[in-house]
Amino acid sequence: MTEAPQSNAENIKTTPLHGLHLELKARMVPFAGYDMPVQYPLGILKEHQHTREKAGLFDVSHMGQVRLTGDDPAAALETLVPGDIKGLARGRMRYTLFLNEQGGILDDLMVTNAGDHLFLVVNAARKERDVAHMRERLKGKAEVELLDDLALLALQGPAAAGVLARFAPEAASMKFMSYLPATINGIPVVLTRSGYTGEDGYEISCDKSDAEPIARALLAEPEVEAIGLGARDSLRLEAGLCLYGHDIDETTTPVEAALEWALPKRRREEGGFPGHGIIKTQLAEGASRRRVGIQPEGRQPAREHTDICDTSGTKIGEVTSGGFGPTANAPVAMGYVDRAHAEVGTPVQLMVRGKPLAAKVAAMPFVPQRYYRG
Amino acid sequence: MTVKYTKDHEWVRVEGDVATIGVTDHAQQQLGDVVFVELPDLGRKVEQGKEAAVVESVKAASEVFAPVSGEVVEVNHDLENEPARVNSGAETEGWFFKLRLANPAELDALMDEAAYKAYVEGLA
Repeated sequence: MTEAPQSNAENIKTTPLHGLHLELKARMVPFAGYDMPVQYPLGILKEHQHTREKAGLFDVSHMGQVRLTGDDPAAALETLVPGDIKGLARGRMRYTLFLNEQGGILDDLMVTNAGDHLFLVVNAARKERDVAHMRERLKGKAEVELLDDLALLALQGPAAAGVLARFAPEAASMKFMSYLPATINGIPVVLTRSGYTGEDGYEISCDKSDAEPIARALLAEPEVEAIGLGARDSLRLEAGLCLYGHDIDETTTPVEAALEWALPKRRREEGGFPGHGIIKTQLAEGASRRRVGIQPEGRQPAREHTDICDTSGTKIGEVTSGGFGPTANAPVAMGYVDRAHAEVGTPVQLMVRGKPLAAKVAAMPFVPQRYYRG
Repeated sequence: MTVKYTKDHEWVRVEGDVATIGVTDHAQQQLGDVVFVELPDLGRKVEQGKEAAVVESVKAASEVFAPVSGEVVEVNHDLENEPARVNSGAETEGWFFKLRLANPAELDALMDEAAYKAYVEGLA
């Protein structure tokens, strides 16, 4: 047995729910500069299953919430991302990517048209960098404000809608990827019907000082359990969703990452975002490698950085996320393979501790997504 | 019957010249839900302090080191079908493998129960 590294108490940040996590006896770990709950006493496996069966409450206050204002913030943001932001209707949101000049992914993010501004949610580990990038590149075109005074909760699972409707009845009719200001017990919040688990659910943005009463109110509902980052990771992996810094980064393009669905037709043709030339070529000719699902045979998980080989033992890629999927009740993984081996059903070998483990390229998600589309 | 413990959180129970080995209850708590166990082949000669088995939780893979040197004479196949036994009974039904001791003197350097308990408390 090897001990997990102990957290470095210096310079580590906390979210407004830190005290509640400790009260709930969470096991805390450093994540993206924050002291975060990796699991509660229920444990990752049961937390995962509970979220798929009922509802889980996640503290995602470490993530960056950003307000973009200006004469035409959508046009400004389109110079940095390949998404259709100008065509985003008021109250709707969409997934997109900050790209570099090589088409590499600087971060992935959610963009909401909040009427008089754009509301962005970016990754915790990238938020300072994203804000600096926008301030530099959008100077004179848009004002960028990091909303450090906000907290972010996620309520995910098939019971999420029923639970939230007890506090905010209007939440029930929201469609997947929509936005609505509301109140919970009189406290102003901003709801989006979105998440990172593959389940129906919401993200709830509120003032830092209101996060704890809201969390306590939701946790008091019989269907709701507190869920840590461990289950968040296994839930998103089963749902086939990328984790920045692992499945996508500055060296992977959206085409390599199989995120073509985030490249709408108008932007593919018009361009006007960093890396358009490379991405256009890759769309026409295919990229040399591709992100795929990997289904190992048997019960043994293959972890990140495991080599992926063809059946003759030649390396063709690497696992970027891998673990055990509690709902799939099997090991699941994703990674990049050479294009010749990217087709679903292709047999591959995973080199786990020096031994080949049989696996197949698999369709994702591993567990069907259950979003509410109205 | 002697039970000894390692700093890497393995336990070893000695009966005659056979040692039964597993991970401690503290270890299983730290690991969380165990989903896979890789056991050594029968007849394999393992060396003290070297990797002998692997235990994987939802979170991560961890090595199980041999607390003492010896030859593997039995493995707990029940763990292959039901790895959660490591959580439910780390120091009983969740044992990993048995060794025929090569050098019983190696046991002397390991901790007894009281020393291990103090060691774990010191980690908190």
